[in-house]
Amino acid sequence: MITLKDVFKQLIRDVRNEKLRTFLTVFGIVWGTVAISLMLAFGTGLHRQIIKSTAGLGDRIVIVWPGLTSIPFEGLGKGRRIRITEDDIVSVRSDVAGLKAISSEYSTNMKVDYGTKTMSVDVSGVSPEFGSMRNLIPQSGGRFINPIDMDKQRRVAFLGEKLTRDIFGESQAVGKTVLINQSPFLVIGTLVKKDQDSSYSGPDAGKMWIPSTTYRALTGEKYVNNFVFQADAATNTKRIIERTRAAFGKRLRFDAKDKEALSMWDTTEQFVFLDIFMLAFNSFLGIIGVLTLVVGGIGVSNIMNVVVEERTREIGIKMALGAKQRWILTQFLLETLLVTFLGGVIGFGISIAVCAVFPKLGFTEYVGDPVVSPLVSVLTAVALGIVGLIAGYFPARDAARLDPVVAMKL
Amino acid sequence: MNTNGTIIRMSDIRKVYDTGKVKVEALKGIDLEIHKGEMVAIVGPSGSGKSTLMNLVGCLDTPTSGEYELGGQAVSGVSRDTLAEIRNRRVGFVFQNFNLLPHISAQENVEMPLLFGGVRPAERRERAKAMLERVGLGDRVDHKPTELSGGQMQRVAIARALAMNPDIVLAVEPTGNLDSTAGSDIMSIFTDLWKQGSTMVIITHDPALARRASRVVEIRDGRITADHPSEA
Repeated sequence: MITLKDVFKQLIRDVRNEKLRTFLTVFGIVWGTVAISLMLAFGTGLHRQIIKSTAGLGDRIVIVWPGLTSIPFEGLGKGRRIRITEDDIVSVRSDVAGLKAISSEYSTNMKVDYGTKTMSVDVSGVSPEFGSMRNLIPQSGGRFINPIDMDKQRRVAFLGEKLTRDIFGESQAVGKTVLINQSPFLVIGTLVKKDQDSSYSGPDAGKMWIPSTTYRALTGEKYVNNFVFQADAATNTKRIIERTRAAFGKRLRFDAKDKEALSMWDTTEQFVFLDIFMLAFNSFLGIIGVLTLVVGGIGVSNIMNVVVEERTREIGIKMALGAKQRWILTQFLLETLLVTFLGGVIGFGISIAVCAVFPKLGFTEYVGDPVVSPLVSVLTAVALGIVGLIAGYFPARDAARLDPVVAMKL
Repeated sequence: MNTNGTIIRMSDIRKVYDTGKVKVEALKGIDLEIHKGEMVAIVGPSGSGKSTLMNLVGCLDTPTSGEYELGGQAVSGVSRDTLAEIRNRRVGFVFQNFNLLPHISAQENVEMPLLFGGVRPAERRERAKAMLERVGLGDRVDHKPTELSGGQMQRVAIARALAMNPDIVLAVEPTGNLDSTAGSDIMSIFTDLWKQGSTMVIITHDPALARRASRVVEIRDGRITADHPSEA
């Protein structure tokens, strides 16, 4: 049978005899491969970056603000202010099934002193679950508020990274004590730098969080500013929103359909939109890449046609000596696949190199870092294989169908 | 006559080339038997149907009608791949213009039919080398055809034709592209092969070559017009 070595030999001979032609052929495939893999890599990178920035606000959460009723309910007029206490939150949490996490948030502007520095800071009182819901990830060596802090009403604080820099500069913040409204608070953690493309009441970088129990004790505040919750699965969010609104309506006596009594920001909508949008966007990029590769494949196919024509006599001789059609077909198909494979490997190498260099160029914040993910690799390889097979098949079939008498020009 | 020794049996072979507008009948009923160990020269003027007959004998083409058996195997109406297999095992070709593959060595050229015949690489090399030695080119195995003289090239072709130990060696104007010295060289090799038992079919219009055959078949206008032992 035909061996890969024979094909390799033939290919090397071709490369040597037809340097420019081989280069152009391989280049078409290289370029197509780079197009597909880089486009998909950038698409993947962009998707991840947008998710990262969007998730800066929180991981598929709903943010709720109490407002004024807009529908009269059981004899009560509209325009009534809804106020939510910690007890309401605790009660609703046990009433609504499918609620993964919920945290009240109390916030106000407070005076913070450290050494000679005095500044005005947005301070929020929250529960431990708030940290994971809002992606408030502590830098190593620190932690977020925990249940014991809550139980004991500890005076501990978690700081946004910009605030940390403003107060402490480059020195260690965790373990230091700051004064909040003249009360000493121990810094237990600081926020890792995160990309955040949306916020309510300002980016997290400049904020400070303390346990909600401590907050209430410190300020005497009874009512939450807002609360944040998360469904057990992102796809259940719509249902949980309805249940939560109904539970509060029952407890605080407003219509379950009253959207203004509790106004909600469902951030999962962004994610759903984003997923659809990015799928479309990546498909678009992928198609452009595939088309580029197809053009490269057409080039290869053309060249192979020329090669078959040039080697017509050789094919005829081989047939006369007993080469079956399959042998001739395999030879040209393998040769095409080899060219495609070679171009693919070079193209893939270029893509990986670009992906390695790109993060150093400083565009990461805007477009993310391109990633040659396993999916991208598999898609590219499949596209290459298909293009190679089709590009090679037709010239190879033509070669195999040659009449040995005609081919040898006897 | 020893029928067991019949290598080629053709009966009422016709070949019609249909060019669309005109139908050309190149062979108009050929009956031919060639026996093991014969050296047959097929002669005739150009346009006589010689080449067509050669294509059929060599299984490069199939007849329009008629029966053809080569080494006891029916050739009419078989698939292209079967035809290729028959060529590989039963026919050794020697062409006027050698038809060697120019980019590979003499050795690799001789190995080619062995490759298609599914012979293992080690045995391929051994047999190819032995064949080249047999035609006196033991010292030229690694030369490419372009580095050889015409006579040497034809000897490589003969080695290639013998490599699969075929039923017949089919030579088409084997001396046509050679000077007289190289030509008589090749003719001597043919005579030697014949004496060693090979069945040779030589298609030629070279009277000198035809004289060396044991039997001369004359063909004219698609028909066999004479079939007699050589005068020599």
